[in-house]
Amino acid sequence: MRNPRRRTSRSLFAVLVLASLTAITVDYQGGKESPLEPARDALGTFLGPVQEATAVVARPLQEVPGFFESNKALRDDLTRLQAENANLRSQLATTSELRYRAAELDGLLRASKSSDLALVPARVVTMGPGQSFSRTVTIDAGTSSGINPDMTVLNNDGLVGRVVRATRGSATVLLLVDQESVVGARLGSNAEVGFLRGRGTVDGDGRLDLDLVDNVETPGKDDVVVTFGSRNGSPYVPGIPIGTVEAVFSSPREQAKHAVIDPFVDFSSLDLVGVVVNADTKGDRPLIEAGDLPAGDAATGKED
Amino acid sequence: MPLARGLLFVLLLLAAVVLQVTFFGYFSYDGVVPNLVLLVVVAAGLTRGPELAALLGFVGGMAIDLVPPADNVAGRWALALVVVGYLAGRVRQDASRSTLVALGTVAASSFVATSLFALSGMLLRDPAIPVAEALRVIPVALAYDLLLAPFVLPPAMRMFRRVRPHQVAY
Repeated sequence: MRNPRRRTSRSLFAVLVLASLTAITVDYQGGKESPLEPARDALGTFLGPVQEATAVVARPLQEVPGFFESNKALRDDLTRLQAENANLRSQLATTSELRYRAAELDGLLRASKSSDLALVPARVVTMGPGQSFSRTVTIDAGTSSGINPDMTVLNNDGLVGRVVRATRGSATVLLLVDQESVVGARLGSNAEVGFLRGRGTVDGDGRLDLDLVDNVETPGKDDVVVTFGSRNGSPYVPGIPIGTVEAVFSSPREQAKHAVIDPFVDFSSLDLVGVVVNADTKGDRPLIEAGDLPAGDAATGKED
Repeated sequence: MPLARGLLFVLLLLAAVVLQVTFFGYFSYDGVVPNLVLLVVVAAGLTRGPELAALLGFVGGMAIDLVPPADNVAGRWALALVVVGYLAGRVRQDASRSTLVALGTVAASSFVATSLFALSGMLLRDPAIPVAEALRVIPVALAYDLLLAPFVLPPAMRMFRRVRPHQVAY
């Protein structure tokens, strides 16, 4: 007693489910050479300008909740920031000697390692939905600006992530906080090495997990963590600040110590980022040379 | 005319995907955005039945899977939304004009879609999603979809009622 209409809808349903499963299988097996990769590329190229235009409309609207912030909230902010400022001033006074030495060492490092590096400025256009459980964003610069997969992405606070895929005018960046992201990291204080993993959350309390290779030394609270670097600086160039140590755990069951890292970058409000490229890259946008980052660079326009 | 209708639906779905990742990316709650494609698919299911909804679910799902910055294995959202389209199409016969039924369908669809997506991710380890993370995201996604439903469902349903092949009067 089935009606035929119901039967056609069932068979169409079966066909579509099979089609989805086929797509999953093909793409999963194909990996980087998946036959669906051209479709991704084409959609990215086709929709890139549309996404950029939408982002231009959406960015100012993001400020709207700020209009309703009360005088009291602003006053509270002011007091908090004044206290913080005073605190930082005192820290600055006591650490000027250390800062001087650090600056010297920085200069040395820069001369030896990153003198041939430069940044391509780009803006974040889209953010991957949280429902997809992967933390990725698209930036508005691609292969035409010299950006290729496995390049380091950073902003003025620290390491953001790496490029996983690039089309002509846009590139997809895997954020540091993604669960799939693993970064070799080094503790600033004692140069100990570990692996940094994301937790998949982007909000203010987004944290990273650092598994130290060695059990001998204990990282101190507020120690700075920087990238360890990979061969030829791909996907991560060395010495990029990542965050500070917030807490350290060690269990007798595990051999290594485990630290929780508070990243410098606020992943919920990413906007202007830079992609690390070779200094001799010829692209359609001007490069920012490493080492001499002028405040309010002309190439980026809206440096803040 | 079927070609023009198909093109209209594809454009609608692409617009939904772009808005979802670009516009609502700026208004996300811990990265979770309203799933506009899901709302369009549910609207199709409530007005036009399971065939069209499942088909739109497949096209829209593939769009979510392929439009950057998606980084998951393609076909996972497509599978989730095909199932959702089919289920939403099944409810329609009795009471498609009731607001409560529509909202209930959105809630159920959102739950099924995000859960199916998380499950396929757990099976493929793409990425290996911890259950706690999935349980945290699913209710947020459901709430956000419900919040947007009153703004998206009525115009979408009106459009699906208007843009349909001519039928013999009965």
